[in-house]
Amino acid sequence: MAGDVKHDYHLVNPSPWPAVGSFAVLLMMVGAVFAMKPDATLFGMSGFGNWLFGAGLLGLLYTMYAWWSDVIHEAETGDHKPVVRIGLKYGMILFIASEVMFFVAWFWAFFNAALYPKIPLPEIGAFWETLNNEAMWPPEGIETFDPWHLPFMNTLILLLSGTTVTWAHHAVLEGDRDSLKKGLWLTVILGAIFTCVQVYEYQHAAFEFSGSIYGATFFMATGFHGFHVLVGTIFLAVCLGRAYKGHFTPDHHFGFEAAAWYWHFVDVVWIFLFFCVYIWGG
Amino acid sequence: MAHDNPTGWRRWVYSTNHKDIGVMYLWFAFFAGLIGFAMSGLMRMELEHPGVQFLPEFLGITEDHARHMFNVLTTGHGLIMVFFMVMPALIGGFGNYFVPLMIGAPDMAFPRMNNVSFWLMPPAFILLLLSTVVEGAPGMNGFGGGWTAYAPLSTSGHPGPSMDLAIFSLHVAGASSIMGAINYITTIFNMRAPGMTLHKMPLFSWSILITAFLLVLSLPVLAGAITMLLTDRNFGTTFFDPAGGGDPILFQHLFWFFGHPEVYIMILPAFGIVSHIVSTFSRKPVFGYLGMAYAMAAIGFIGFVVWAHHMYTVGLDVDTKAYFVAATMVIAVPTGVKIFSWIATMWGGSIRFEVPMMYAIAFILLFTVGGVTGVVLSNAGADIVLHDTYYVVAHFHYVLSLGAVFAIFAGLYYWVGKMSGKQYPNLLAHIQFWITFIGVNLIFFPQHFLGLQGMPRRYVDYTDAHAYWNWVSTLGYKVTAVGVLLFIVVMAMTLFKKKKDCADNPWGEGATTLEWTLSSPPPFHQFNELPKIK
Repeated sequence: MAGDVKHDYHLVNPSPWPAVGSFAVLLMMVGAVFAMKPDATLFGMSGFGNWLFGAGLLGLLYTMYAWWSDVIHEAETGDHKPVVRIGLKYGMILFIASEVMFFVAWFWAFFNAALYPKIPLPEIGAFWETLNNEAMWPPEGIETFDPWHLPFMNTLILLLSGTTVTWAHHAVLEGDRDSLKKGLWLTVILGAIFTCVQVYEYQHAAFEFSGSIYGATFFMATGFHGFHVLVGTIFLAVCLGRAYKGHFTPDHHFGFEAAAWYWHFVDVVWIFLFFCVYIWGG
Repeated sequence: MAHDNPTGWRRWVYSTNHKDIGVMYLWFAFFAGLIGFAMSGLMRMELEHPGVQFLPEFLGITEDHARHMFNVLTTGHGLIMVFFMVMPALIGGFGNYFVPLMIGAPDMAFPRMNNVSFWLMPPAFILLLLSTVVEGAPGMNGFGGGWTAYAPLSTSGHPGPSMDLAIFSLHVAGASSIMGAINYITTIFNMRAPGMTLHKMPLFSWSILITAFLLVLSLPVLAGAITMLLTDRNFGTTFFDPAGGGDPILFQHLFWFFGHPEVYIMILPAFGIVSHIVSTFSRKPVFGYLGMAYAMAAIGFIGFVVWAHHMYTVGLDVDTKAYFVAATMVIAVPTGVKIFSWIATMWGGSIRFEVPMMYAIAFILLFTVGGVTGVVLSNAGADIVLHDTYYVVAHFHYVLSLGAVFAIFAGLYYWVGKMSGKQYPNLLAHIQFWITFIGVNLIFFPQHFLGLQGMPRRYVDYTDAHAYWNWVSTLGYKVTAVGVLLFIVVMAMTLFKKKKDCADNPWGEGATTLEWTLSSPPPFHQFNELPKIK
């Protein structure tokens, strides 16, 4: 390379992971389609969906592991100068903004059904008879959760985890590694408990995922939230591992900060779910 | 030096260089564009005369399959041109190559993520192409429900795996675009050269910045909508199924909440390119620079609150329609600011009619035609008559294929010397412009007449009353095909030149942005020492 670099930006080394990951995504997506449609054929072949999806997923997970290992290595070897860290902050904020818009779609579906309920049409002939009936939300025959039992407990669990991650954050700012580990352990455990309670709740739901708009909006909105809790928990667990390895200093710990931001985002989405879907919509 | 630069295939596949990635985007858009253009050719040949004859004969399929095939072609043409041609060319291609150069940055903010944005595009494209060779509608291959994929045609109407592949194609392309958008916003906010405030930043960078915001905020909503399609199709949810209390109109709301910003995503970068070219070849700074920048911001913002003007015929109540009519018409104001500012830039300028300028002037002319028919269509009352007719097809092809695509041509001629170091053959390029200009107008202007006569879009056949203008339109396609072939010849003659003959700044004093201060082509890594902007 000609000339000396006189700026602090991070010119990343060439990397195989983008292309490898993209190829894995292709396998995963084709696999997913033919796993959902086991009888369908592609060029005369069928029944390959599950293993193709699995292979793609493994490839993608390995790519994520290798890629982010590279990022952590670069962070620890001085590539993330202050200006680069500002860029990472922009990137994380924008990623969370796009996630917010993803949840807008699910809330839109929910409010579209809840504010303007439609009477389910068992068959087209019944349409005229139902015109004079009144539609209601939750739909007739749906028995919803009592928001003040498990959902309320889960709300408290998640809010508490928000405070423990803030404790960890203050600890890292103070250089108090011991409290950082404690705060992160608590947050990860609380996140795991939340997920377990959510699984328990799903198993005891008095309504189905399929066949009714209530189940569709409820399970997809809370389900995608649950998936984000899982991702956030893994993100925090990685930070915990890094804390044990001696990463994160009082002025250089953006990996942790990003995980904390993500966790608060997951928290806020839950608050909206709790008030809109569980309390108001129940 | 720790930074190694691989050669051979690794240079491209492992790339973390914004210029290499931009070039890959341009090539990808070129090949996808050829496929999309060929699809429209099959449609135009079928529509040359009334009756269904060309497709069955040409493809050796039954008439029933040909009818479905026509719908698959309209769907594929739309999706390919939007997601795999215009967006990769304008945003991925020119955006990647020129935004860092214009703002004085050494590369993008996240060079490795930049590469995954590109490399997700071929898988997405493969998924879309696969969808045309597996079962969609019962007994038929491919999805034929249009690029808008309205339920229930996209749920119970196409039970085969074809639609699922198309859905995943959009998921993957969407993920690619969101990552790209995050990259652009971060780059522009964080990596402008010292002294380059936002209010001094070139308009193309402004256009990419605003486009990127639209992408980040609108694409996730599409992702949600098509995920609902996916679960309705495969897991028994009833988001769009009235039998379970769902609502097919919900899909249209979600789709157009994405879809309307999407049309600005395609045209804003074109605005940026045209601003540069008009200024360069008038040898004047852009008239009303700040007004131009904020007009784009206004268009982007209003673009989020007008989506239901695509849905006037679904039974919206009259107040809702009144709002969407008014909000839609408001967009004509900032758009007018742009049109008049381009004209004012040319006014009194020392104009040179080089090929990029020809395309830019044609853009202004034809985009205005498409904009005016857009104002006509924004009226809910008029739209009842014109909805889903060829008038709509004419309208959006005037703003897209004669607007956005003309801007791509303009940008290619403007920058090909900068990117390759080789200048295009001038006379042949002028001829290419005129053939294309005549061809596309011959295709699309008669479609206004067809629409006003009531010919519906997305139909394989039509009554004899529409025969004449359809024949003219297909004639226009043949002329355009010559233009496209000539374009390939012109580009081949440019790129296969032995000698690099393009000066650092071939356009003279009118070209003032930073990319013209670098060599042609620019060094592999530019701005190792950041430029200072006064």
